[in-house]
Amino acid sequence: MAVTEPHAHGHLALAERVASASVHRFADDVGSEGRVRVVGAKTQWEIGRRVGDMSTDVRELRAPDGVVDVQPSELIVRVGAGTPVADLDVALAEIGLQCPLDPASTSATVGGVLSVGRSGVRRLRHGHVRDTVLEVMYVSADGVLRRAGAPVVKNVTGFDLPRLLVGSIGTLGLIAEVVLRCGPLPQRRGWWSAISVDPWSVRRALFRPSSILWDGTRTFVQLEGSEAEVHAEVQALAGTAWQQCEPPTLPGARSLLDPTSLQRLRSEDPSAVFGVDAPSWMAEIGAGVVHGVVLPPPPMAAPILDLNRRMKDALDPAGRLNPGVLPW
Amino acid sequence: MAALRRVIDPKRVLVSAFEKALYAKDASSLSPSDPGVVVLPLTAEEVQACVRVARDHGRAITPRGSGTGLAGAAVPIDRPVVIVTSKMNRVLDVDVDERIAWVEPGVLNLDLSKAVAKHGLHYAPDPSSQQVCSIGGNVGTNAGGPHCLAHGVTSAHTYAIEVVLPDGELCVLGGATGDGPGYDLRGLFVGSEGTMGIVTKVAVRLMVNPPAIRTLLADFTSIRDASAAVSAVIASGTLPAALEMMDANCIKAVEPWAKAGLPLDAEAVLLIEIEGVPEGIEPSVAEIRERCLASGARTVRVASSAEERALLWKARKSAFGAIANIKPDYYLHDAVVPRSRLVDVMEKVIEIAARHEIIVLNVFHAGDGNLHPLLVFDGREPGVLDRVHLAGEEIVRACVDAGGTLSGEHGIGLEKKDLLPLVMTDAELAHQVLVRTVFDPDGRCNPTKVLPAGATCGELRRVPEGAWV
Repeated sequence: MAVTEPHAHGHLALAERVASASVHRFADDVGSEGRVRVVGAKTQWEIGRRVGDMSTDVRELRAPDGVVDVQPSELIVRVGAGTPVADLDVALAEIGLQCPLDPASTSATVGGVLSVGRSGVRRLRHGHVRDTVLEVMYVSADGVLRRAGAPVVKNVTGFDLPRLLVGSIGTLGLIAEVVLRCGPLPQRRGWWSAISVDPWSVRRALFRPSSILWDGTRTFVQLEGSEAEVHAEVQALAGTAWQQCEPPTLPGARSLLDPTSLQRLRSEDPSAVFGVDAPSWMAEIGAGVVHGVVLPPPPMAAPILDLNRRMKDALDPAGRLNPGVLPW
Repeated sequence: MAALRRVIDPKRVLVSAFEKALYAKDASSLSPSDPGVVVLPLTAEEVQACVRVARDHGRAITPRGSGTGLAGAAVPIDRPVVIVTSKMNRVLDVDVDERIAWVEPGVLNLDLSKAVAKHGLHYAPDPSSQQVCSIGGNVGTNAGGPHCLAHGVTSAHTYAIEVVLPDGELCVLGGATGDGPGYDLRGLFVGSEGTMGIVTKVAVRLMVNPPAIRTLLADFTSIRDASAAVSAVIASGTLPAALEMMDANCIKAVEPWAKAGLPLDAEAVLLIEIEGVPEGIEPSVAEIRERCLASGARTVRVASSAEERALLWKARKSAFGAIANIKPDYYLHDAVVPRSRLVDVMEKVIEIAARHEIIVLNVFHAGDGNLHPLLVFDGREPGVLDRVHLAGEEIVRACVDAGGTLSGEHGIGLEKKDLLPLVMTDAELAHQVLVRTVFDPDGRCNPTKVLPAGATCGELRRVPEGAWV
């Protein structure tokens, strides 16, 4: 892994901006004709609505792999979209950093996580996964390499295309390389659990937990920070029998469920709340997410559907990017 | 006019020059421009009706919040229908358990934090104008503020937005906790400066008030040392909640009336805030103090009371008001650079201002690398405007050359749109045009903003010689 000094590549103005050879090669591979999709580790391959033939005459490409540039004094990293998240985690940890992409599967790639755009279980503390993205180098449907955003932590220069690309499952542009915001690697991180506590009360008792999960019986809390911070938060959990534990296993599917409905789980039968049978489920408190239940996506109003269609038509008029799949 | 008066109480349709004058400009130094007509709707339905009337009469619309923007996005060009949402100012619902509030766009930023304070919550983005700027305007500009260093800018705090689209349709972008089906149109809309529709309701993320806060004031004899300290603090393992710099000119302007105890002989001070739990915060304070001292700080003072903290922040957030003591006019950029380039860029900013014989005050979000070089001058002095514009353009170019970009939080508006080609290729600009067109195919919604002139008709031009910056 390359740790470069400031002034090195990665901070170039428009005129002298150069993408790495592998990014250019990726753009050449995408080209301007034919159906094409980018494949990561296929750990979330079921995401997205199937809308037609996915496989006939589709070239499958891999995005560039590798950590390009990481700057501890900037808390940012430039990384190829094809890089496994596990590799990125190791590279960052070596210099005391982390980027909480937190995919469900460790083989997932950076580009895969961002294309799907689902936050990991540490959203409560670290925010939405899309908010880690500062710059995206992407190849558009015409085969041209474009940049959106910049390698700076705050940017309102033009419309926020990185947000649009995150979660678009490769249907608007193909992500080649990204610059992500990082944070300090915490001294300590761990899970604690207890039964028969109200997870919302737990949330009130803590300052900044990483995760609060609840399966209807047991509440799991993930904490991170300095030794002193974590110790103080554990103290704040006091009153019931909290025990340190292994990370909980998340049951299969992941669905969105509005927080008000999640709160009804305190008093109502889960199958009534979900509208389907759910023998085993785990809710992410404060994130509007429930694992282990397959729920229909929230309905889309006509104007929103129209905007989505027009966006796809505008950025991929021939429908060559990840054909047969749409994120709505 | 008559059509507007049929869909909204005529008292809230302003047509006289006297009434409209308030809406002719924003807080930037751009010239005022005549709003064709100003409407003050109370509901989303009224906004829809006004948008449709404007559309039926072939008139453009310009959305407007409190008018505190600094880039001209709310300046009415070509006599549009200016739709002001400041009378839609109710906090509609606060879900304390989930820390979500639904608010109307006219709610003032600080009023929202005040409204939820009794629950131990606050709204994190805190622009210096927070006493007067509105949430709708914040969404329009993707507003920042000192405390966005740790918690992110407006976009990270916006779960859902109810908007009236340029065709008059009402819809909600995003979802209950920020995730909706389909593309992240919510994310694209935030910061679109009124070119994609009008905000009529917002679901925002509230944050819990930190149980402990420490505010440090580190005092330096050189800007170089202070800039180096910024990098040292960022790399310390504790990300501060806020990390601000004020230089000597700024301190001298602010201290006489703010009386916050800023050292008048310092070349720069850093205002650093750390949040946490009481038991965990002291080691971080000690580490950051140590790093400041190692970078050359003369002293590092920790505010000993809430009053002292409030005074320090008053000094920081009122800095722009204090410049009137020096010169009557100011011109401000907010370019952003990679944080590790701060040392070099700050030296360049000072050199550029000196060469053009312009006084520059620097008061900015150092932790974000977000500069606010404030060029102060007296516009009556012959030739000074040319020098100010030249200096401004050189500063922006220096930031771009350092790998930065044009705007960290104020936006592009009218002011910087012709500079976009400095940071975007023609192909990149073309995509900017495309996504805007998806929302507003007929170009009716704040049409002259953000994108360079010519960009909308497919011909992109580079920055002309001597561009106004």
